[in-house]
Amino acid sequence: MILAEVIGTVVSPVQIPVLDGRKLLLLKPVSPSGAPAGQARIGIDTIGAGMGDRVLVIQEGNSSRQILQEPQGAVKTVIVGFVDEVEMGGEIVYDHANS
Amino acid sequence: MFLARVTGRLVATISYPGLDGVPLQWIQPLDEDGQPCGPQLVACAAISSGPGDLVHYVDGREAAVALEETYVPVDATIIGYVEQVQRADATAWVEVQP
Amino acid sequence: MMISKVVGSVVATQKDEKLENLKLLVLEVHDQNGKAAGSYVVAVDSVGAGLGDMVLYATGSSARQTTLTDGRPCDAVTMAIVDSWDLGGDNVYEKWKDV
Repeated sequence: MILAEVIGTVVSPVQIPVLDGRKLLLLKPVSPSGAPAGQARIGIDTIGAGMGDRVLVIQEGNSSRQILQEPQGAVKTVIVGFVDEVEMGGEIVYDHANS
Repeated sequence: MFLARVTGRLVATISYPGLDGVPLQWIQPLDEDGQPCGPQLVACAAISSGPGDLVHYVDGREAAVALEETYVPVDATIIGYVEQVQRADATAWVEVQP
Repeated sequence: MMISKVVGSVVATQKDEKLENLKLLVLEVHDQNGKAAGSYVVAVDSVGAGLGDMVLYATGSSARQTTLTDGRPCDAVTMAIVDSWDLGGDNVYEKWKDV
């Protein structure tokens, strides 16, 4: 799983059936402290995330299929949780309440 | 799953069984600003996309799952058109397919 | 998938037994303009490619999704022999003009 920030929404009118009706968000991977960490990607929202949220993202097919309950779905990137707090070496490097 | 622009088409008559008739297209991965990001690659198309289209694609093993025949050696597949990308910040860009 | 040109083959007498009876090709990776990108890959051949052919190869776990490579240690496999391609309407590569 990776940490990411929701930076946009993606509108896709024609897509493979497994994605129909699902919300697609543009994600920017971030380091624990919030610095950019990789190429922006598109994730399927399962938790009701919105612009600016710090989220937990799964990037693996089998796990994604379990979460979406789509045994035959070509899905890979799924948003699975909100991040409240990140702690590194006893220090809190991200706190949702103070961001 | 990543953003990309379709840049070209590719023809291959000899391919792994199960890939006959599957369109092959060049794609340029894009970053969050719609700028090219990394080298171009070839992807199968699960939708009827064509050069110039803004699309999203899935990489890795899941790429084969999007096709009719799922037991094929494919590591990138275009799975949807992108009509709009909306950003909250100043670099917002919006695109509508023709 | 990436484009590459078959520039040679690999013979290895001492190798993992699961790699036996596989044809190993040396591929020179090319870019969308047909120019050599400066890197090489050794891939298992699943389509009967020969010296000088422009081929497509798949990498990662996808490379094991052929009857030849299933359950074997393999991370790159050729999956098509390229005849031609165009970029933005301009023909870039045509097999019959290459020779």
